[in-house]
Amino acid sequence: MCLAVPGRIVSIQGDEAMVDFGGVTRKANVSLVEVGKGDYVIVHAGYAIQILDEEDAKKSLETWDEILRFETGM
Amino acid sequence: MSEEFNKFKFRNEKVAKDIIEQLNNLELELSIMHVCGTHQDTLVKHGLEGMLRDVGIRILQGPGCPVCVTTPREVEEILALARNGITVTAFGDMIKVPGVNSSLYEARSQGADVRIVYSVDDAVDIADKIENDVVFMSVGFETTSPSTAAVIAKRPSENFSILPCNRVVPPALEAILSMGELKLDGLIEPGHVSTIIGTKPYEPLSERYHIPQVVAGFEPVDLLMAVLMIARQVKSGRAEVENEYTRVVKSEGNLKALELLDQVFVPVDVEWRGFPKIPGSGYKLKKEYGSYDARDRFPDILEPIADMEFHEPEGCLCGEVLRGLIDSRECPMFGTECTPMNPIGPCMVSSEGSCNIAFRYR
Repeated sequence: MCLAVPGRIVSIQGDEAMVDFGGVTRKANVSLVEVGKGDYVIVHAGYAIQILDEEDAKKSLETWDEILRFETGM
Repeated sequence: MSEEFNKFKFRNEKVAKDIIEQLNNLELELSIMHVCGTHQDTLVKHGLEGMLRDVGIRILQGPGCPVCVTTPREVEEILALARNGITVTAFGDMIKVPGVNSSLYEARSQGADVRIVYSVDDAVDIADKIENDVVFMSVGFETTSPSTAAVIAKRPSENFSILPCNRVVPPALEAILSMGELKLDGLIEPGHVSTIIGTKPYEPLSERYHIPQVVAGFEPVDLLMAVLMIARQVKSGRAEVENEYTRVVKSEGNLKALELLDQVFVPVDVEWRGFPKIPGSGYKLKKEYGSYDARDRFPDILEPIADMEFHEPEGCLCGEVLRGLIDSRECPMFGTECTPMNPIGPCMVSSEGSCNIAFRYR
């Protein structure tokens, strides 16, 4: 039930946004996050619960690389 | 972020193989628990369970399915409301959970007004359109509870109320650790619960029980990486909270959501299926929002249920599954008497339940 799906905000009106989930567009409530058009969000049970940040995603990949490199060097 | 970016990186087979090799080199025998149906789905669907078992790592699903941990008493409460002419709304997974005599699904076929909703907003929309009383069965962990809090904070129509069945995850982790039924070497923490609560609420557990914890995302490499991070902590004698899912989870969580939870709810001691009462692990609405709490609003219907005694369905081992004591496939009823079409316990009903997941990918 904690399944949450990433999507991109196409438009916002008040607390309601239209979110594109890879081709399927659905309504989502954005009152729990500060977002704008074009942002990627994680949506759970009709509510955006967090912004998904490409920079952060890249950072997490770098962290993985570091962990793996560290292990190899052990 | 493009879908390709996600798929390519977070499902990269080479990275997965590297991690398994690293784990193999560490030569550890570990039992690690997670508390999330979506994690379980990824682990089983992608065959990670077996890959990890081969390198000495056993993964257990604890009480990580909000529908599954809902108690027989709560199921009976919502059924009583439905049978008394109240319009009942619930998430789809809840509808088929068996009560003492029937499920909401069966109650509907007998004439009760039971409606499946995708979001609490749908339930409020229904209340706006009809005159009848509408109750939303508010099931969910911290991922889901803020949406209910947001709705209540706005004071919706007077004919709308909720039956709070929400659960708070960290107290349940503490219950698992303090009960000591299992020897656990690490906890994989749920990414989307942590999106709301952040990483700090887990810290006292690492201190008190000297247990490594890693917050993880939901792609196959996320989970393997989390296991490797736990294994590294074990190897070096550390017991800390680490965050693997940094692309979504911030250490402070979602402050707006946390404020709403605090504004609307007050923590209460509640039972979880398979567990005794866990302190501070549930919610009720604060006094000023009491008119939206179905238990305050319909005492004639719900108070008698508070004094009743409930038992698990005969032969059902959901409690043992939820405490991580047995694997779903070890239950004698698994796949025979108990199937998703004819479920005996909630772990076979919910798509997040470990029995349902084990059955689907068997």
